Amino acid sequence: MSTRLASGGSVIDRETTVSFTFNGKQFMAHAGDTLASALLANGQTLVGRSFKYHRPRGIMASGAEEPNALVNMGQGDRFEPNQRTTTTEVFEGLTATSQNHWPSLEFDIGAINNKVPRLLPAGFYYKTFMKPQWAWKHLFEPIIRQSAGLGSAPKEADADRYEYFYAYVNVLIVGGGMAGLAAAREAGASGAKVLLMEQTANLGGRLSVDSASIDGKPSDDWIAETITELEAMENVTIRTRMMGSGVFDHGYAMGYERITDHAPDDIAPRHRLWRIRAKRIVTATGALERPLSFAGNDIPGVMLASAVRDYASLFGVSAGDRTVVVTNNDDAYRTAITMKNAGLEVPVILDARPEANRPLPTEARALGIRVETGKGIAKVKGYKSVTGVEICSQAGEGTPLETIPCDVVAMSGGWSPVVHLWSHCGGKLNWDEANAMFSPDPTRPPLGADGNGFVLTAGTASGDLATAPALQNAIAAGRQAAIEAGFTPTESAAALVESPPEEPMLPVWSMPQGAPYKLRSKSWLDFQNDVKVSDVRLAAQEGYESVEHTKRYTTIGMATDQGKLSNINGLAVLADSLNAPIPNVGTTTFRPPYTPISLGSIAGEARGPLFKPTRKSPIDTWQDANNAVWEPVADWRRPYTYRRDGETTAQAVTREINNTRTGASILDASTLGKILVKGPDAAKFLDLIYTNMMSSLKVGKCRYGLMCTENGFLFDDGVVARLSEDEFLCHTTSGGSDNVHGWMEEWLQTEWWDFKVYTTNVTEQFAQIAVVGPNARKVLEKLGGMDVSSEALPFMGFTDGILAGIQSRPFRISFSGELSYEIAVPAAQGQAFWDKILEAGEEFGIMPYGTEALHVMRAEKGFIMIGDETDGTVIPQDLKLGWAVSKKKEDFIGKRAQERNFLEREDRKQLVGLLTENPQDVLPDGAHAVEGGKNRYGQENMIGHVTSTYFSPTLNHSIAMALIKGGSKRMGEVLTFPVSDNKTIKATVVDPVFYDKEGARQNV
Amino acid sequence: MSNAVSILNGASSNGAVKITEAGLRGMITLRGDLSSTALKDAVKSVVGLTPPSERKVKSGKGGGVAWMSSDELLLLVDYDKADATVAKLSKALAGEHHMVVNVSDARAVFLIEGQGAREVLAKGAPVDLSPEAFGAGDLRRSRIGQLAAAFWMTEDESFELVCFRSVGAFMFDWLSNAAREGSLPEFL
Amino acid sequence: MLMLKCPNCGVTAEETEFAPGGEAHLTRYSSGSEDQAFTDYLFARKNPRGVHFERWRHAFGCGKWFHAARCTATLEVFGTYTAQTSTPPDDIIAAIKAKRPEWEGFK
Repeated sequence: MSTRLASGGSVIDRETTVSFTFNGKQFMAHAGDTLASALLANGQTLVGRSFKYHRPRGIMASGAEEPNALVNMGQGDRFEPNQRTTTTEVFEGLTATSQNHWPSLEFDIGAINNKVPRLLPAGFYYKTFMKPQWAWKHLFEPIIRQSAGLGSAPKEADADRYEYFYAYVNVLIVGGGMAGLAAAREAGASGAKVLLMEQTANLGGRLSVDSASIDGKPSDDWIAETITELEAMENVTIRTRMMGSGVFDHGYAMGYERITDHAPDDIAPRHRLWRIRAKRIVTATGALERPLSFAGNDIPGVMLASAVRDYASLFGVSAGDRTVVVTNNDDAYRTAITMKNAGLEVPVILDARPEANRPLPTEARALGIRVETGKGIAKVKGYKSVTGVEICSQAGEGTPLETIPCDVVAMSGGWSPVVHLWSHCGGKLNWDEANAMFSPDPTRPPLGADGNGFVLTAGTASGDLATAPALQNAIAAGRQAAIEAGFTPTESAAALVESPPEEPMLPVWSMPQGAPYKLRSKSWLDFQNDVKVSDVRLAAQEGYESVEHTKRYTTIGMATDQGKLSNINGLAVLADSLNAPIPNVGTTTFRPPYTPISLGSIAGEARGPLFKPTRKSPIDTWQDANNAVWEPVADWRRPYTYRRDGETTAQAVTREINNTRTGASILDASTLGKILVKGPDAAKFLDLIYTNMMSSLKVGKCRYGLMCTENGFLFDDGVVARLSEDEFLCHTTSGGSDNVHGWMEEWLQTEWWDFKVYTTNVTEQFAQIAVVGPNARKVLEKLGGMDVSSEALPFMGFTDGILAGIQSRPFRISFSGELSYEIAVPAAQGQAFWDKILEAGEEFGIMPYGTEALHVMRAEKGFIMIGDETDGTVIPQDLKLGWAVSKKKEDFIGKRAQERNFLEREDRKQLVGLLTENPQDVLPDGAHAVEGGKNRYGQENMIGHVTSTYFSPTLNHSIAMALIKGGSKRMGEVLTFPVSDNKTIKATVVDPVFYDKEGARQNV
Repeated sequence: MSNAVSILNGASSNGAVKITEAGLRGMITLRGDLSSTALKDAVKSVVGLTPPSERKVKSGKGGGVAWMSSDELLLLVDYDKADATVAKLSKALAGEHHMVVNVSDARAVFLIEGQGAREVLAKGAPVDLSPEAFGAGDLRRSRIGQLAAAFWMTEDESFELVCFRSVGAFMFDWLSNAAREGSLPEFL
Repeated sequence: MLMLKCPNCGVTAEETEFAPGGEAHLTRYSSGSEDQAFTDYLFARKNPRGVHFERWRHAFGCGKWFHAARCTATLEVFGTYTAQTSTPPDDIIAAIKAKRPEWEGFK
């Protein structure tokens, strides 16, 4: 049984005890423990169930590569599934629960899957559930949904907060082990700005466990001294609990800082996503130990050899009392030696190699440990925990030679450099035959903006697995990074490392070599997704040759651990099955993030009220206090209507329309785009931008204008006012101001750069308030300060002056068909002006109206709305706006496109008005008109669709606008609109101007 | 103009860094040939300063002037002097191709004061804000999170930031959130 | 994510400050032009694998347009230059040829 040892544990503080719960049971741990070490210290070796077969699973690793020991963390609004116990630091009050079982971790119904594995082979998704067809919906899918996924989804909104941080450095170093520290020291000494990040809470990496002598000093001293040196450098920053999550183009890297995961009461944000630009990135990401594939290698108690000694050495925890070591290399002997020295039993070391005679095996033998070479494990005995192993010859087919009782199996299949960050942005790999691993090819690095490589590797991440060469190459990488970032490294002596020489490893992809199906089908490759040696072999037999296809078919490497332990073993098994060399099979693509990062950190601060900016008009506060029913209009929010007590929204809209048509109302039109265009060539320029002639507009007058794209299609409209000979104010739609301003600048800067024209977007400089209705003039007269008579200020004119003591510019323009003044005042005085109008208009029954009343009234007048009547394929002529397209001008944007003959076809969709047969029937927006018959797909023949549709209180009749094929020639025709299975609405085609066709009401 | 109000009436928040809405400021966009003597003289005549070099800002007793782009300056004056300044500039530049426009009401201005001001901005702006890269008198137009903004550093390691008025309240909330106690990365 | 230098304000900034504008150096065909020439202007784009000239706007910065010469395969940026030109300037051409001797030149 696993337990806390009496001594040892370099990262824990035995003086400080914290309590936590696992599945409701209270446990004690020490400060510095991970949840994994704390569970082991409490004898909890069973921590979860596997994904597919619900097999009992324990802790396999000691770091980010852990595939099995995932738990639900926290409760309520701090609940988070699939958290790795090996990277979770314990804190007082931590609560965790195990995942993927029912009703309990110890007794799980789903484990029945384990008895029928032949029902769930590789690609079972594609095979098992095909027939009968009805069963998918009623049987298979519900079952799969019930059993899919590991942890539960959180039910409450996340209580924590998150943020981004942009940082710029010369050299970014990922990894705080020996190589990272050495590289940082070299780069730091050159004066370069260095950021070193380490994903765990502690610096030193494997060197803290597997000590060596560096420059004649114990490695712990070397680590401490190097940290002290780095801390003294002003230009070097070390951040722990920060993972190098990804490397992207042009020196971009992402750092995932877990600030309060270990201290949830801290007021700091929980996670901070660092967006780093570095001139050079050094990946000192170390190497990961590989598992071995033998039957029962997933039973709780089977662990990576390095993890077993990590727990003993870093946390003072024994994974068990009797540890059998199984290996294909010398390194795993360190585990046997560590355990033996801790006073625990190591009954045997099983070494698949024919012999093992270098210093580490010799030391193990000297300690009295039995070493069996050429041997392996036929099968691990036990179910919820290891009870023993059956030994066999590695060369054979698994005939048991001997059964050895034990509670831990420490396995090592060799090591693979962590090449993820190197590969994220295109760094290429070489196959290293001697160590059977992919390692970075320094001649093919990821390329930066200048065409040079911007990532270097340091330490074991380079593929140098032994301490001495790893340290040398880390020093070289740190110096090289500094040079490439434009700095000069200082002189430094080569480090002298003493560590025992090791024998080459022997690739072992299957144990024993001739393992029959029975054993292969219990030999796990991907522990998290439950993929076995037999699954990959089956995929190969079924014709899957590409590793990318095999991955998706078997799901190997597709779990949350992204195959950190399984990928090399899996592709080796595939290569073996295909009888192809491993490099020919290739590897799958490494993609960021290195390990899963929180969704919160990706969202950053952009949640709740900070999710997305909403633009607000200068009258917004008043509107909000006066029952505005909000509607999003582009990035703005605008009142749809102002609802009074006891009214429905529809009743409020009707009231606002009636009041406007009969009295006076006001509208906040501040959101309307306003662009100032000035210069000697301003008129010439606007003649090109608009389809109309703008150069003929008289100073002091307004003209409605259209803008088309170069493709001839209408994209924005608005009223242009000529302020002086060389200055125009162009109004745009509310959503279009930034686009249109950008559009004008684009043409001025990139096509007509010889034009003398300046533009400025003054949209937000002004609050624009429309006073509308037959009594509008009376309201303005009462405000006082300016002659607003039709003589002084006629329809389509404007003037500058004072109204109610405020500098104003009233425009006589109308979007409702009524007498209307749109008055621009400085935005800071918008509210004051609004208040004065309400006060002056009180005797005329003035009231504000919202966007819906605006829409209904403009539709009654047959005015188009960009985005309703236009969709990017409509030319002005389709909308009966041909009058606004100049025939005299030689050129304007869109003119050439409109000369294309297909745009003159009479059966184009054209704007029409519609009156429904039943005046109370309002057509749904977008309803399709059909003309009988079916097309070749058996669908109704469609001839057009409704673009705007309202009930008009003014006419007491439903009205609509529509784009209908050859609509201009269909006047009087009755069209059919099937709106649901059992309802059809009929409507007559009419002129789209429903109200006051002569325009008499606005021109008074 | 006694009834003119800024977007948040001078609201402020006190976190690790103090955020203040600066109230109404006179701001004038001046576009023209920045190398012309007439323009330089005109600018000097209204704010007492010559135009700054690329991405710099100058300030003095008579106001300030900021470089916004290769043909655009932003003049900073008292709010109630903006219209008169526009008139004066227009007159001085009558013979030149130029544009001068009062944009005071279109903007919101914020002060970000105190140790850590750099880090508050660096949470949203993809800009190197380290002391090596950004100092007093430096100006940058960029984005803060999702919002366009221009900001510059003053002598005391504080910043002034300008954005559009319609998103002023959002900007204040954003900055106040970024400046919360205990949330500075302590990197810059 | 790319880093580009805006030649108008001198800022080297990340891609999120910029807005892309497609292929650079198009010749505009307007009213009265041949159908084919107009079609090509409107729709035909080079989309090469390799050296490419493209338009960018410093949308969150100085607001100005500029051109970038960039390799679409490696993302190497050979240089950026102001938009007021109908052909790439000589120094940009020279910079590309130095890095890509096999490049067929601007057409």
